[in-house]
Amino acid sequence: MDIKKFIEDFADQFDETELDEFKPETNYREDLDEWSSLIGLAILNMIDKKYGVKLTATDIKDTITIEDVFNLVVSKK
Amino acid sequence: MRSIFSLIGKTILITGASSGIGKAVAQQCAAAGAICIITARNQSRLKHTLDSLEGEGHQMVVADLADLSSIERLSSELPKLNGVVCCAGVVEIKMLKFSEDDDLQQLFNTNAFSVIRLVRILVQQKRLHKESSIVIISSISGVKCGYLGGSIYGATKGALEGFIKATALELAPQKIRVNTIAPGMIETPLINDSIIDADQLEADKLRYPMKRYGLPEEVGYAVVYLLSDASCWITGISLLLDGGYTLN
Repeated sequence: MDIKKFIEDFADQFDETELDEFKPETNYREDLDEWSSLIGLAILNMIDKKYGVKLTATDIKDTITIEDVFNLVVSKK
Repeated sequence: MRSIFSLIGKTILITGASSGIGKAVAQQCAAAGAICIITARNQSRLKHTLDSLEGEGHQMVVADLADLSSIERLSSELPKLNGVVCCAGVVEIKMLKFSEDDDLQQLFNTNAFSVIRLVRILVQQKRLHKESSIVIISSISGVKCGYLGGSIYGATKGALEGFIKATALELAPQKIRVNTIAPGMIETPLINDSIIDADQLEADKLRYPMKRYGLPEEVGYAVVYLLSDASCWITGISLLLDGGYTLN
C-alpha cells in the first residue's frame, strides 16, 4: 500500500481543503478546518470500498494523524 | 376475564426471530398467549428464542427469506395464521456516494422484497384467517427522518410504508389488517460494534426526549396491540414508537 495514494483518497473526501494541506503527519481532526463527522463517515466508507477494510469507530478513535489511519488500514488488510 | 389485548387462540408467524426485535416480539406474543411460529436463518439462535417462549405449541422453521423459494417452502409448511410480524432486516451505514448496486439489491431484498413476497405468497396460498393482522417493522428512518449513511436503508423502509397502503385496502374485505410500526433506535446487537462508537451512541441517546433508546420488548408491546382484537379498526397506519424523537 502506498501512503501517497492513501492521502489522495483521504483528501478526496474533502470538498474545500487543498491536497497540499494533507501530509502523513497532519492531525486530521485538529489541523483541517473542514473536518466533520460526515467526512469521518465518508473516510470509513472509502476505506471499506477502496481498501476492503471495515474499520469501526472504536478502531479509528486512537488515531491522530493521517499516517496513523494508514497504518491501521495496513495492519488490518 | 379474558382481555381484548390477549392473543390466546391466535397463531402468529414472526420473521427475524433469532435476535433483537424479532426475538423480543416472539417473547411478547407468547406471553400474550399466542402460539408462535418463528423463523430466521440461524438455527442455533432460533432454537434459543424457541426455548425462551412461554407456553406450549410454538414451532421454529429455519428459512432465508431473501430467497424466493425459501419463502414458498416456508408458506407451504405453515398452518393457517391469525397474524404475521415481519421483523427481519439489516441496517447499513453507507453514504450514497459509496453505495453500489449490490448494496441496493441486498438491502431491498432483505428489508423490503422479502416482506412483500412473504405477504403476497401468504395471501396467494390463503394462509391467513379472516380478521388476521399483518404487522411490519419499519423505521423512523426513511419515513420521518434520516441518518447519515442511511439513504438506501431509508428507501427500503419507505418502500414498506408505501406497500401497506394498497395492501390494507385489498385485504380489508377479509378484515385482514396491515400496519407498520416505525421505531426509533432500539437497543439491539445491530447497533453495536459498528461504524458508530459508544460515545456517539450515548450522545445520540440524549437527543431522545426520553433520554434513552427503545427496548426490543417495547416494540413487542406495540406489536401485541396491533395483533390483538383491541386494534380491530386500525388498518393502514404507521405506529410511531420513538420516545418523542421526531417531535424535535
